[in-house]
Amino acid sequence: MQRFIVLRILQGLLAVFVISLIVFALSRVAGDPLAAILDDEAGKEQIERLRQSWGLDKPLHVQYFTYMRRLLTGDLGVSFRWDRPVLELIAERLPATVQLSAFALVITGIIAFPIGVLSAVKKDSWFDASGKMFAILGQSAPTFAVGLILMWLFAVQLGWLPTSGRGGIKHMLLPGFALGYYNVAAIMRLTRSSMLDVLDTEYVKLARIKGIPEWKIVWKHCFRNALIGPLTYFSLIFAVLITGSVVIETVFAWPGLGLMVIEAINSKDHIVVQAVVMLFALLYVGINIVTDITYAYVDPRIRYG
Amino acid sequence: MTAVQTATDTILEVNNLKTYIFTRAATVKAVDGISFDLKKGETLGIVGESGCGKTMTALSLLRLVPRPAGRIVEGEIVLNGEDILQKSEDEMRDVRGRQISMILQDPQTSLNPVFTIGNQLREALGIAHRENKSSMLGRAVDALRKVNVAAPERRLDDYPHQMSGGMKQRVVGAIAMSCEPGIIIADEPTTALDVTIQLQYLRLLKEIQAETGLAIIFITHDFGVVARMCDRVAVMYAGRIIEQGDVRDIFSRPAHPYTQALINSVPKLEERVDRLYSIEGQPPLLSNLPEGCRFAPRCPYASDRCLETYPTSIQIAEAHHADCWALHPDWDGMPIAEYVAPTGTTG
Repeated sequence: MQRFIVLRILQGLLAVFVISLIVFALSRVAGDPLAAILDDEAGKEQIERLRQSWGLDKPLHVQYFTYMRRLLTGDLGVSFRWDRPVLELIAERLPATVQLSAFALVITGIIAFPIGVLSAVKKDSWFDASGKMFAILGQSAPTFAVGLILMWLFAVQLGWLPTSGRGGIKHMLLPGFALGYYNVAAIMRLTRSSMLDVLDTEYVKLARIKGIPEWKIVWKHCFRNALIGPLTYFSLIFAVLITGSVVIETVFAWPGLGLMVIEAINSKDHIVVQAVVMLFALLYVGINIVTDITYAYVDPRIRYG
Repeated sequence: MTAVQTATDTILEVNNLKTYIFTRAATVKAVDGISFDLKKGETLGIVGESGCGKTMTALSLLRLVPRPAGRIVEGEIVLNGEDILQKSEDEMRDVRGRQISMILQDPQTSLNPVFTIGNQLREALGIAHRENKSSMLGRAVDALRKVNVAAPERRLDDYPHQMSGGMKQRVVGAIAMSCEPGIIIADEPTTALDVTIQLQYLRLLKEIQAETGLAIIFITHDFGVVARMCDRVAVMYAGRIIEQGDVRDIFSRPAHPYTQALINSVPKLEERVDRLYSIEGQPPLLSNLPEGCRFAPRCPYASDRCLETYPTSIQIAEAHHADCWALHPDWDGMPIAEYVAPTGTTG
């Protein structure tokens, strides 16, 4: 198990290295950063001065090492839109995004697993049928549309919840659900189908032959086996949360990283975009490692394989 | 056979059991009116081709017919004097494992891959014994030792994928026997094992039976295994038992044309043949059974009567019955040829 974890972390570091190369390359391919910052009236001398002070006149590999050295020491550069260090901006915005994503994740877990399991146990019942409808809706409706409809219904028409902004739990309900809905639907369906597979296995038959109560068969013998399918989806959940947060934070004016990235893109603030992309990539790799380790914990065949 | 209580050592009595599977297209009569009984310490073999209803019979005895499609529609299953078809689902849980248990066909899939052997064994033991952890551990070790698993203390922490097929099947056996049931149904328990391991496993079952007085229902398509293991045999064809009797009787004087053909199709070591004997045709679809005798379309002796009505059972010898019109005294068709046991039958 320890060997497995160390190996996965090394693989993760390699992935991060490759990502940093890509992010670096992209920022250079996107055109001369100076052109975006300085206006057309800037003099040649002024451009040259700035180019030298930023090290943009040096060969690319030297630039990359400089970039990496700064990255490792936590120096992400200074945003010219907000005129503040990017690290500071991220530190300020990250908690809001983490809060919303975590809330969406909790909602996902609370809704998706029980409904998925029950749909499988009560296959072909009215419960299963309505679950199916709920899931189809969640997987086919675009996130922003779900957000807008929820906002219109619960905030505008019924007036039960606030339309936007960050505040208490009431502020989180709508964006949290809108952000989580797609994942709820996906995990529900995955859990249902893998539960159905597991319920049909010989070892479940043997468990019944042993005389084990049905609830224990479902939640002990089946659930853990059925988790393996949805778990592989876990890293994708994260991808959906990241892309979703960019959309949902914009819809609900939630002051997180997603909203910041949109603002940065609109004002061509490459330094901020680059830093946030790098951060998302890092998080994504990290989540993947955690997923793999969890996966190995749930299924011993992977652990020893 | 009616529901009159027979000798006191009868542990199981099945009367006119019918288990149907209802699909959208048709009703599959997987088990269609079978009756048999089982005495303490006895081994009954149920033999037949694939898809003749053997496994469905076994699952019916545990009331674990796949729902909602499958249902027991008629009959009685009297286990230890009580008809289990009248029991509630809660009451059935006390029957399963404690009174009747089962060993499944494929050891590779019958253990849960995410729990250790010890966990699964202790769970089974825990149904009959509620004790502290260390004494349960002791019981688990004993259970493994009983099925000849070497170094049982160390094996408890193993996961199923770390064991060989034969070893897993022994663990499944230990689980099946954990609550000391009176009956174990063994559904082709050695089909997935290789030949030498098969023999070991059968010997082990016999030993345990001799020690505990367990009754075994042995489901197989292998007459060699029947000869080695069973006291009595029931031959199933298309959802019905067409002949049953003492194992010696069945082998030396099979009465039903189907049983004769089955025994003839077992290859013999001593004889050199170019072609193995086989029965012409296919068994009927269980969703579309003929009115009369189910074997009639393939039977060399069949007459109009066979095609029209299902034959009544006729006694051949003591406790040896067969369902065949040609065995009835008023039969006017071609008489069944005297069965000549081939020299050196298996067994």
